[in-house]
Amino acid sequence: MPASPPLVQAQQIVKRFGALAANDHVDLTVAAGEIHALLGENGAGKSTLVKMLYGLLQPDAGRILWQGAPVVLHGPREARRLGIGMVFQHFSLFEAMTVAENVALALDGDAPLPQVAERLAETSRAYGLPLDPRREVWQLSVGERQRVEIVRCLMQDPRLLILDEPTSVLTPQEAEGLFATLAKIRAEGRAVLYISHKLEEVRRICEAATILRHGKVVARCDPRAESAASLARMMVGSTVLGVKHEPTAPRGKVRLAVAGLSLPPAEAHGVALRDVSLALHGGEVLGIAGVAGNGQDELFAALSGERLAPRAEAVLLDGRPVGRQGINARRRLGAAFVPEERLGHAAAPRFPLSENALLSGHAAGEFLAGGLVRRGRLLGYVDEVTRVFDLRKGSRDPEARALSGGNLQKFTVGREILRNPDVLVVAQPTWGVDAGAARRIRQALLDLAAEGAAVLAISQDLDELLEIADRIAVMFHGRLSAPLPVQGLTQESLGLLMGGSGFPAEDAA
Amino acid sequence: MTLLEAILLTVITASTPLLIAAIGELVVEKSGVLNLGVEGMMIMGAACGIVAAIATGSGAAGVAAAVLAGMAMAAIFAALTLGLAANQVAAGLALTIFGLGLSGVVGASFVGAQRAGIGKIEIPLLSEIPFLGPVLFNQDPFVYASFALVAGVSWFLTRTRAGLVLRACGESAASAHALGYKVLRIRFFAILFGGACAGLAGAYLSLVLTPFWTSGMTAGRGWIALAIVVFASWLPWRAALGAYLFGGITILQLHAQGAGFRVPPQLMSALPYLITIVVLVLIMRLRRGGAAGPAGLGIPFVPDR
Amino acid sequence: MRLVLEKRAETPFALRLLSPLLAVALTLVSAVIIFAAMGQDPLHALTVFFILPLSDSWGLQEVAVKATPLVLISVGLALCYRSNNWNIGAEGQFLVGAMAGGWLALATHGAPDGPWLMPAMLVCGALGGALFALIPALLKTRFGANEILTSLMLVYVAELLLDWLVRGPWRDPQGFNMPVTVGFEPEAIVPLLLEGGRLNIGTPIALLVVVLAAVLMGRTLKGFEIRLVGEAPRAARFAGFSADRLTWTVFAISGGLAGLAGVLEAAGTVRMLQPGISPGYGFTAIIVAFLGRLNPVGCLIAGVFLAVTFIGAENAQIMLKLPLDVTRVFQGLLLFYVLACDTLLLYRPRLVRSVAA
Repeated sequence: MPASPPLVQAQQIVKRFGALAANDHVDLTVAAGEIHALLGENGAGKSTLVKMLYGLLQPDAGRILWQGAPVVLHGPREARRLGIGMVFQHFSLFEAMTVAENVALALDGDAPLPQVAERLAETSRAYGLPLDPRREVWQLSVGERQRVEIVRCLMQDPRLLILDEPTSVLTPQEAEGLFATLAKIRAEGRAVLYISHKLEEVRRICEAATILRHGKVVARCDPRAESAASLARMMVGSTVLGVKHEPTAPRGKVRLAVAGLSLPPAEAHGVALRDVSLALHGGEVLGIAGVAGNGQDELFAALSGERLAPRAEAVLLDGRPVGRQGINARRRLGAAFVPEERLGHAAAPRFPLSENALLSGHAAGEFLAGGLVRRGRLLGYVDEVTRVFDLRKGSRDPEARALSGGNLQKFTVGREILRNPDVLVVAQPTWGVDAGAARRIRQALLDLAAEGAAVLAISQDLDELLEIADRIAVMFHGRLSAPLPVQGLTQESLGLLMGGSGFPAEDAA
Repeated sequence: MTLLEAILLTVITASTPLLIAAIGELVVEKSGVLNLGVEGMMIMGAACGIVAAIATGSGAAGVAAAVLAGMAMAAIFAALTLGLAANQVAAGLALTIFGLGLSGVVGASFVGAQRAGIGKIEIPLLSEIPFLGPVLFNQDPFVYASFALVAGVSWFLTRTRAGLVLRACGESAASAHALGYKVLRIRFFAILFGGACAGLAGAYLSLVLTPFWTSGMTAGRGWIALAIVVFASWLPWRAALGAYLFGGITILQLHAQGAGFRVPPQLMSALPYLITIVVLVLIMRLRRGGAAGPAGLGIPFVPDR
Repeated sequence: MRLVLEKRAETPFALRLLSPLLAVALTLVSAVIIFAAMGQDPLHALTVFFILPLSDSWGLQEVAVKATPLVLISVGLALCYRSNNWNIGAEGQFLVGAMAGGWLALATHGAPDGPWLMPAMLVCGALGGALFALIPALLKTRFGANEILTSLMLVYVAELLLDWLVRGPWRDPQGFNMPVTVGFEPEAIVPLLLEGGRLNIGTPIALLVVVLAAVLMGRTLKGFEIRLVGEAPRAARFAGFSADRLTWTVFAISGGLAGLAGVLEAAGTVRMLQPGISPGYGFTAIIVAFLGRLNPVGCLIAGVFLAVTFIGAENAQIMLKLPLDVTRVFQGLLLFYVLACDTLLLYRPRLVRSVAA
């Protein structure tokens, strides 16, 4: 008797977006009952491939086989009917709707809501993933939101579950919980396609891996037989060097201080800052860790001056009270800021780079003369950032949206660093950028601190913080822990703090 | 019939076109689309309604023509905003300008042409309820249609799966698309429904309320319907409340003018517009920014291919 | 086959120029079809509509007279729309400007006055329009009330106010009960450019405004702020710009320009106040602004084009017995096409075959 065909096969899949081949003759085979890793750098084509497996995109060429038979997936509904479920990286949830409504929307069929809620309770009990069907999604933590996505997939009894970067938003402890769930799912004979760039966890939980680079499959392997370094080499195509950093205790004078800062939420679904204090010294990199949505955005806004503090003394720049001053006043005092969202916050997508240099640089003054904008000087500045940070772009002054994520991030960090700030506050410095760009940005932050500037890095990526920070503090429910020296800190100890241990009890609910 | 009953009757008459148009727009906005062209669709409904009614001699044909005209206008809007992802505010303005012009051309040879209005239908038993009966259940078919629309839309949005999907499209088009819903198709049907309602509201103006054609006869009612949707916080029942409030003000100022108050009639005529502004301000104060409209309202959606 | 939109990485510069021209061309094609459908000879109708107004010096002057308010108003609207402030009440601001300036002319009527009067009227008109426009700005920034609805509602209020004034307190007692004020005195009338012509100093003022606005938008930090607030509000906050303060600024500028256009119309062209002083300039200017790609120089060109259609419509009414509303149909169509063509700037439309089943 011949062996039964693999659960799903993608054969010679091609997908182009304009001139870019996001998938270039990709082959992928996932067997039933295996956890299969799909590895690759940002922009390697992983998301494109799984969107085709889920019917969201149609391949330009190639075919998909389901249990040996060719299938054409016109939409997610057909994928679900076959038994394919997907958990998205940026969740496909509806904030203003209840958990039950969110689940009902993902189920095909016309079950009334009470019945959906009942089945939801059943499934979440069976997998140990507790959920309250009546709560609205905006009230849920990031981990709970992911639970909604997973449970609603499981309720359809899938044969294949696709997870896109599921642990990037979780604490290490929450990730452990997820791995236990995945083990249970595999034990039921279901397959999991697991997209990640976290190599250690891939080595731990996956038994097969397909590695993509620039849209092509470059390797297939058993990750358990590889080292993290060898997997990284396959992903990037060359040896990945870490940045060199010897963490030290703070020695320089305090450049940025926050004292007892409390701020009500800016919008209906926002987080309040509660009694936040910190002292950032010259020459150090202070990391702020925490699960997304615990007040990091609000902290950034309060530090930058996009939102004003209730008291001037709540924020001190070099000892001067600036809490009631806006972002440009703080820039004039030597501070610089890099927000998380590249397109739309740090940069205006449809404006050329030169105008995006003006965006954060106009307060300093050298770009203006007699009320008029000095275009020549702006272009020169763009050239300078390009040279120092090795920007790759199609023309001298392209629109921001034309740059890749990594290059745009190098621009938004570079335009601030070249102003030689005394204080730099940067949120998610390397979120979603390729390894080369990430290394360059991290090195630039360390160099800046080595020259005596104070750097505050807000990041969800613990590996990154452990690599570049001297001290790390954790945000939870709008509160900030005391900073801890990075020596002696581990993923686990940070993870516990991120989950709320050590914070006042009324928050830990 | 008492004076109060008579006044309430006229209030309902004046409110019905506002209510029908507002309910239509409410559904459109719940799907995430802001169609500012209600005024244009409404006046096309009014023009086509009376022209068809006079040409065929049938009120029903007039109503059908009005509804179709509203939907045709809505389809233009949909082609621009869904098919070509155009700016919804600008496309709505264009629709209004276009509708005001085209209705003038369509109705040019019918200015002032009279025809008998559409009669009232008494609902047996219900109309005998003291006080409420004659006010609510001895009305023209449009009024009954407006009652049905409020109840039906409310039921549809909260109790049906299709309504849930429509709301999902308005909350986050990207998420709805990721789940496999055809966001653009759903929005298209919502826009068509809005057009049909606006056309129906227009037919009421030219077939029942006035009943003849004058250029620009909607006089801003389409815009007031848009304001009612905001006032109603996107709830059908509250839209009914809002519509009757505005209708009441219109009638009140007419009665005040008739009663010979020593106030300039222009000030009285400006009241509905001024009240609209005041109400918009008050409702925003009450709501304090929270619980506003659908999260995706007015944001064009273009699926990746 | 179906139409799909592909995002462009960048917009070619030539397309920005081409897209409004394409929109005009499509409108002309539609006009031919509509004329034919109305039983007119399309070529003759097009000539009457678009060529005749430009064929003699009287016509050209008339085009400039009509283009002046359109350009003034649309430049202000362009600033508003660029910054995501949807002022659609320019018609009302125009009327209030006319009333504010007219008030000064009427208050000094019969009194000895000097050459200061006319400039003072212009200032009054601009101030009146600006103050009236600040009402929706205030309601938006202070209460979050939708400026589209409030600014539009105020148009009706302004129309009724003017109606009341010219029928009531400001009516010319010798006016045979007509709803008009007295004719303005010579000192209250905007000087003509050419003796015996129709052009007055409003036209050079409009040209000056275009130049100033072009410099403002293209070369100054304030112009950058206006564009940035509209394009990426969060990035604008990051740049340290206050959207609320900008809302006040652009509404004031736009209302001021509309008010100036109003008082120029009252004191230059009509020379008294009466209802219907504006043939819908405030609404047509919305189309001008979009056709001009929300760019001051573009507004100038688009303003001239729409002025031609205004006069063309009057010609067509007399010569072809076409209703005036035909112009509005064309205007609406034009805006449809402008918006449709703008899609070309961001997306590349492509016909694809449906996926084979």
